[in-house]
Amino acid sequence: MPLFKFTRHGGLRNGNRPHSPLPWIALIALILGGVALAFAWLAGWIGRDRLTSQNFTDAIEATGPAHPGFRRAHSKGVCVSGWFEPSAQAAQLSHARAFTQPRVPVLGRLSIGGGNPHGADNSARVRSIALQLTTDDGQQWRMAMNSFPFLAVPTPEAFYEQTRAQIPDPATGKPDPAKLAAIQDKYPSARAFSQWAKSAPWTDSWASTEFNSVNAFWFTNAQGQRRAVRWRWQPQAEPRALDAAAREQAGVDFLSKDLQQRLANGPVRWNLVVTLAGSQDAINDPSVPWPAEREQVLAGVLSLDAMQPQDQGSCNDLNFDPLILPDGVAGSDDPIPAARSAVYSQSFNRRERERATDDAARDNQQVQP
Amino acid sequence: MSRDAGHFNLLARVLHWGMALLILAMLFVGVTMVASVHLRPGLINLHRPLGMLILLLALLRLYNRLRHRPPPLPADLPAWQAWAATASHWLLYGLMLAMPLIGWAMLSAGGYPIVLWGGVHLPPIVPHTPSLYALLRNAHSLLAYLLFATVLLHVGAALFHAWVRRDGVFQAMARGPRR
Repeated sequence: MPLFKFTRHGGLRNGNRPHSPLPWIALIALILGGVALAFAWLAGWIGRDRLTSQNFTDAIEATGPAHPGFRRAHSKGVCVSGWFEPSAQAAQLSHARAFTQPRVPVLGRLSIGGGNPHGADNSARVRSIALQLTTDDGQQWRMAMNSFPFLAVPTPEAFYEQTRAQIPDPATGKPDPAKLAAIQDKYPSARAFSQWAKSAPWTDSWASTEFNSVNAFWFTNAQGQRRAVRWRWQPQAEPRALDAAAREQAGVDFLSKDLQQRLANGPVRWNLVVTLAGSQDAINDPSVPWPAEREQVLAGVLSLDAMQPQDQGSCNDLNFDPLILPDGVAGSDDPIPAARSAVYSQSFNRRERERATDDAARDNQQVQP
Repeated sequence: MSRDAGHFNLLARVLHWGMALLILAMLFVGVTMVASVHLRPGLINLHRPLGMLILLLALLRLYNRLRHRPPPLPADLPAWQAWAATASHWLLYGLMLAMPLIGWAMLSAGGYPIVLWGGVHLPPIVPHTPSLYALLRNAHSLLAYLLFATVLLHVGAALFHAWVRRDGVFQAMARGPRR
């Protein structure tokens, strides 16, 4: 039986000429092959050395042992909750509902840098806060911020390069110092970041830590005026610096223990301070801090009054994608939030899959005995 | 019921070519936004409203399809090809309805806000359930690949009818009846 039966119904004018299907079949194959190839390229299935969010997440995973079911970065933390109260000036900056609603419920997470969910608080140079503000119109504002005042690298490509340099050398079990030095030579901001890490004081609490958006965003107010901004959470608690000896004594879980003690005495608070970009300030480069004399606006106060371990807390199954923004706030030309958004999504998908199979395994175990 | 049995009705043709463009764009937007570290924000903001538009158009199209019988396939078409045509068409209908719904449910189960544009967003259709999110997220990808493969097959078959068999099947969708 022939595979295909050809007809020429309504087709050729010159009915007697034999019609060879082969060139046409070849053309069809070429078209379909081309479309499939473009699809595979865009999906990152071919050209594997390119920077994709999958490759970036793989590189982050390769920097340390696997911890299935946990965040790929800033893996150790606690869930927190509370509320945000905007200041009177906030509405002049952005028409985001969070800046007009008197009290906005907040769900969040306080964490330390690194990929170890059992990492030591007292040796974690970087601390972080992630927040989700949900307003009464159903809109959400998610943010993920760090204790460093600027990013070590300017672009997603540089970030990927830096992450790859941090992958341990199989021979020594440690990152190759030559590669790390090369990153510092290539990016002045990476060297400045090391200086910050060496010299900035270690505070005694999450509650006395300042967290910076680092990235620039657009605020649009009700009059349609658009301003590039960065923001930070300025602690209301008096910062007390811990020296090396005090850190040594502090213990691996001192941050959560400290927070628990503070919460027993009432909410801990941060001021939201918004910095407005000057006309010359780079809004596309988070590795360059803006000058300290830029106009700053107190936009509100965050109060956290409850804390839960992350495995029982509602923050655990949230992706604090910094580009989940309400109307009135938008991403800028800063390329880093787009990359964070893409990589966080990969990380979220991977850990939620792991948690789903893990949950299934646990359920089976419970059935067995 | 259309009087001309040789062609799809105008609404069917407009929906077909419009949705062909939308669905192909959605598939490319989808894989690109998952892989790209630069383009995700713009593409995902396009992906959600476009998905909802496709859902609405697919419902309209299903209604039109059930009201108007499509022109018959050529009588001399081998049986397996006729079967493949019918099966792939219903698969396409199933997927263009299922994909937006799975996407919507997946975002709901993942605890994500379902933003269409500006402050306009849709309510969640399932509760925030991590294990369901994991399942739906996998399904959204796998069914997207199945949809892409089916679309390729569909395009290949359409061109085969147009260029090799030259049997009027392609013309039934490409244009209306000649006056």
